[in-house]
Amino acid sequence: MSTTVAIILAGAVLTYLTRAGGHMVLSRFERIHPRVEAALNAVPAAVLTTLVAPAVYHGGPAEIGALLIAGIVALRASMMTMFLSGAAVLILLRYLLH
Amino acid sequence: MSVEAVSEMSRRNEFVDGMRRSVPVIVASAPFGILFGALAIDNGFTVFEALLMSATIFAGASQMVGLNLFDEKIAPWVIVLSIFAVNFRHVLYSAAVGRHIRHWPFLQKAVAFFFLVDPQYAESERRAVKGEPISFAWYFGMGIPIYVFWNTATVLGALFGRLVPDFEALGIDFLLTIYFLGLVMEFRDRSLFLPVVAASTIVSVLAYDTIGSPWHVSVGALAGIVVAVLAPIGNGEKGDKAP
Repeated sequence: MSTTVAIILAGAVLTYLTRAGGHMVLSRFERIHPRVEAALNAVPAAVLTTLVAPAVYHGGPAEIGALLIAGIVALRASMMTMFLSGAAVLILLRYLLH
Repeated sequence: MSVEAVSEMSRRNEFVDGMRRSVPVIVASAPFGILFGALAIDNGFTVFEALLMSATIFAGASQMVGLNLFDEKIAPWVIVLSIFAVNFRHVLYSAAVGRHIRHWPFLQKAVAFFFLVDPQYAESERRAVKGEPISFAWYFGMGIPIYVFWNTATVLGALFGRLVPDFEALGIDFLLTIYFLGLVMEFRDRSLFLPVVAASTIVSVLAYDTIGSPWHVSVGALAGIVVAVLAPIGNGEKGDKAP
């Protein structure tokens, strides 16, 4: 088995555990401690932010411009609209600034 | 429901109703499935590996994150841990949806949790709030089409994505970052969103420049989570937007 396949399967097992485990573990408690709930609530935004922030900090004008516009569009529109407008700005700025 | 024929008909109706709910999800996620397939090949995956990842993990954001890290020659356990971290939110979905399907047989529940993607959670919650029962037929009427199309899109992207000539000019190398920003914004209605994002931003950038990649992910994420844990409870308790 290649490393890639091993990583994928390990990721799959852990992903399944998150999907089944919440019910298995948390259903044993009457209620979740508010601080635990606050931590769980924060996980996705905290993780995903770290994937964007360095790219913004080290990005060129085209990259920063694309994220800026996409971020603003995201306030009003769907994920797909946000994504496509960010991509359009990126392609345009890269073309213009080359 | 006492007559078998009636029960069979209602099951079929619920399955169809579930399928109807899957349509917008399929339309919205297909491009990302295709993108994932194309990027997987671009990052050195085989078509089989791309499909394997979609078929067994079945969680777009974490697949993209995992893929992103494969590119950088990072230790395998870090990639696995990152996939786990991005998917950790499912713990909450599982706890919430689990309450509504407690009466299902064990095996049905066990299978159902595999299909608990973000929109499946959101629609299940919505249905439960309306007071309608979450039946096995309805749940899988929605879940199966999403699963089938996600894998189909992955294979299409993997097979035909390489026909795209100039990745950089088309911005494909940077699309994931835009996508991740979109995911971050999806959570903006949660309490403490801004403090969490601010802390993770500052610490991840500092970590990226000091201890380096991939540690900026774990250290930066931890900073945001610590802020959320330490923040005064009951501050800005807004309901979750369906993720």
